[in-house]
Amino acid sequence: MVMKSNSPGEVWILAEQADGMIRGTAHGLISKGRQLADDLGTKVSALCFGHDVAGVEGLIACGADRVYLVDDPDPVNHDEESCARELVALIRHHQPAILLASASLWGSSLIPRVAAALETGLAANCTALEIDLESKLLMQTRSALGGNVLATMECPEKRPQMATVRPYAFKRGAADQSRQGEIVRVDPEKQPVTSRTRLLNVINDLDQKVKLEEADIVVCGGRGLGKAENFNVIAELAKVLGAALGSSRPPVDDGWIAYSHQIGQTGRSVAPRLYIACGISGAPQHVAAMQTSEIILAINEAPQAPIFEVATYGIVGDLFKVVPMLTARFRELRG
Amino acid sequence: MEYFLNEQQQTLRSLARKIAEQRILPVRAELDEKEEFPWELIREMASSDLLRIFIPEEYEGLGGGCLDLCLVMEELSRVCGGVAISYGANALGALPLINYGSEEQKRKYLPDIASGKRLAAFAVTEATAGSDAANIRTTAVRANRHYVLNGTKQFITNGGEAEIYSVVVMTDPARGSRGASALIVEKGTPGFSFGKKEKKMGIRASSTRELVFHDCRVPAENLIGREGQGFIIAIRTLDRSRPGVGAQAVGIAQGALEASVEYARQRIQFGHPISAIQAVQHMLADMATQVEAARALVYAAARTIDAGAKSFSEEAAMAKVFATDTAMRVTTDAVQILGGAGYMRDYPVEKMMRDAKITQIYEGTNQVVRNTIALELLKRKAMRE
Amino acid sequence: MNVVVCLKQVPGKFKIEIDPQTGTLVKGGTDNMINPFDMNALEEAMRLKEKHGGKVSAISMGPSEAKESLREAIALGADEAVLLCDPAFDGSDTWATSHILSLGIRKLGQPDMVICGRQTIDGETGQVGPELAEMLGLPFVSCVSRIEEVAEGHVKMQRMAEEGHHVVEMQLPGVISVVKEINVPRLPSLRGLMQSKKASITVWNARELGVDVAMVGSKGSPGRLVKVSRPQRSTRQELLQGSLESQVEQLIGKLREAKIL
Repeated sequence: MVMKSNSPGEVWILAEQADGMIRGTAHGLISKGRQLADDLGTKVSALCFGHDVAGVEGLIACGADRVYLVDDPDPVNHDEESCARELVALIRHHQPAILLASASLWGSSLIPRVAAALETGLAANCTALEIDLESKLLMQTRSALGGNVLATMECPEKRPQMATVRPYAFKRGAADQSRQGEIVRVDPEKQPVTSRTRLLNVINDLDQKVKLEEADIVVCGGRGLGKAENFNVIAELAKVLGAALGSSRPPVDDGWIAYSHQIGQTGRSVAPRLYIACGISGAPQHVAAMQTSEIILAINEAPQAPIFEVATYGIVGDLFKVVPMLTARFRELRG
Repeated sequence: MEYFLNEQQQTLRSLARKIAEQRILPVRAELDEKEEFPWELIREMASSDLLRIFIPEEYEGLGGGCLDLCLVMEELSRVCGGVAISYGANALGALPLINYGSEEQKRKYLPDIASGKRLAAFAVTEATAGSDAANIRTTAVRANRHYVLNGTKQFITNGGEAEIYSVVVMTDPARGSRGASALIVEKGTPGFSFGKKEKKMGIRASSTRELVFHDCRVPAENLIGREGQGFIIAIRTLDRSRPGVGAQAVGIAQGALEASVEYARQRIQFGHPISAIQAVQHMLADMATQVEAARALVYAAARTIDAGAKSFSEEAAMAKVFATDTAMRVTTDAVQILGGAGYMRDYPVEKMMRDAKITQIYEGTNQVVRNTIALELLKRKAMRE
Repeated sequence: MNVVVCLKQVPGKFKIEIDPQTGTLVKGGTDNMINPFDMNALEEAMRLKEKHGGKVSAISMGPSEAKESLREAIALGADEAVLLCDPAFDGSDTWATSHILSLGIRKLGQPDMVICGRQTIDGETGQVGPELAEMLGLPFVSCVSRIEEVAEGHVKMQRMAEEGHHVVEMQLPGVISVVKEINVPRLPSLRGLMQSKKASITVWNARELGVDVAMVGSKGSPGRLVKVSRPQRSTRQELLQGSLESQVEQLIGKLREAKIL
């Protein structure tokens, strides 16, 4: 357990990498971390587990003062248990005030281990973070109860204050290439690797090339599609836009499309630049997982559908008319 | 309305509802469209013990009665009348064995029916015989230790899918209805084949086929009861099963009523949901009242049977006629309330209306069943005089 | 193969009432049920038992009404069910919940595997599985979509990953969380339901578990709830008007403005 000290600790960001590249989720986290650190009058350090990771300088440009490049103790497996152990040791040593990580599959699995070991609180999948200027505590806001409420949490005693953040919930700020920062290589004590989990194989079986979480545009279908074959209608639009194809829960439950496409509280969360909801009523469980998208376009026949309450733009009409029109127009525009 | 179901019946009802809503609802439109027999659902019902409930405990059943069967029929039918009748026809096929089978026959067949390993079916109807059982043309001629069957049964629910058939045949055509006998014929018996699957108006998830017997040799020990008892077995079996058809009708009507209420609350016309219109309200009120009355009559008939009443033809017939006529009316009104949407296959009520129609026809047309009621009524009056 | 399944009773329907003065949740929902992902966990545990023998224990932390959910687990085939229940547990955060569960699991005896659902549909954190693993000193694999084989001392499985699926091997004993694509949970049987009505549910309180009540509950947990509120809906919504053709054109103009096209 790390107790609160008088000088404010740093704000730490776990910057995730994949295949030696910093993942896109990290930049928004750094920007948010910068804001929190400025409110506290402290520094931002990014931590990255990996070997020769490209794009580390970009973290400094986004607002990090320091990057700890931690040699992954088990680079093949990227083993959560070993990384957690290393992270716990670093936190115990440096005593940051705050630790933020992306609520990616890896982060959501690794970070709770760290919190458990440090006996501190952890708020999951946050969509808003701010410093309460009076108490200097981190206010962590997250969606709960099927997207029906926002709960704000704090961690008054234990340190660090930890949160995982919904991927892409925070926008990356403008990069300043002239920003200076240090890159610190951390060589963990070379213990024999004793990973109890091993990665045997990676199966690229997603039936689409564009990853939902990282797509700039997501085209998503709901019950209004009526049947499995009608996904073709929106898949065509997605293809023209280079967008990822998503689904709300009912089509997945009815077996029209694989679970890997599900966007919602029990599926994936997305925050693309443009989200096109076709025939989706807008249940809170779905809305919670896409409402931080930059622009939401809703197409639905029922004007009273709750999806229009979160939509930036709404078209009330038959999606089987509207979507093909959009597809045709985008195809013209994109040549 | 409170029907004072016991704990097992309440549990059974909620289990059947769960199966209907979680498993049947997502596939009912597809089963209807593709006219597909719901094998997967039948297996699921079997593993949930639903096929055990009407089998006596000595034969690995749960010893439930007519009311238990009705509760399941109603809940399944509330979602899909077609799946429900596939379940119900199995029970119908088992009834002659349960009530008239020998100890050996029961031990041989009932545990398999209870576990769902084999389905059963019941066959009376022919091209020239249905309600007129005396005119059955399928014959069974005794030859040493066998009966040799020839003839064709028509419109047999679960035909082709079931493995155990209780078939009513003529063993002594000269004696008319007194020359009929009931025999168990297993699928796979040489000389026993199936006609093509019928294309139906409703209950399309269920399977209806001809049973074709051509010099089909059936062991003599497959005779249910005695020779000449076939007609009475058929009549008594239908007396026991008619409340089940009534329950099917109540379930279909209940489903249509719920769909109507839901739609009426959602459909906006002239700035208000149509449920605010008194004409619609009165339709809904009449539908609800009729459904509840039908349910009360069906349960009362089922309880009369379960209480061990000696004669219950009239009660069973009343339950069947009233509930099935109600289902036809209520589903027709449901289509009316949904208007254009109701006529479309995207909405469930047109299917309910198609499914409801058969309940007025099978296990005795409602006209023939009214004869039964009238006969009992007049017989009683005559006896008092 | 002895498996412990962690279950939570959650509302089947959300009916939210918030006290605007205090920002506290007055009412969260009705129609309690087992968290859907936990049903997948229970189903997978049952399949492991059917294949490899052993027993399935269901464990839950919650109010005494959660006994009903544990009864359902027994109806579905769980061999025993334990409820960790004490007024001092109310309002526990994920750390405290995991702590209490870990003590309950230790008291049950070391299992070969602990299976949790990926997340609950009310709290939606997905943190209890990995926190529990850390506290029990066990390895953990999240979002398991398929168990391929269980051999001496390890289990091979597929988990959800951003690029599709990963095939991973985990030493046993270990903790996993499962997603719904792993299986279709069975429905109970009538006999199972009737038997479960008579089944006894073990209840352990803080003292029996050896929980230090100063570390759990709404007062002792590391994480505290400050307030709850209704999500703010976007104020920028605009229903496009005119013919469909003109709406499509307006939209394209807007997307150009936003530099999305």
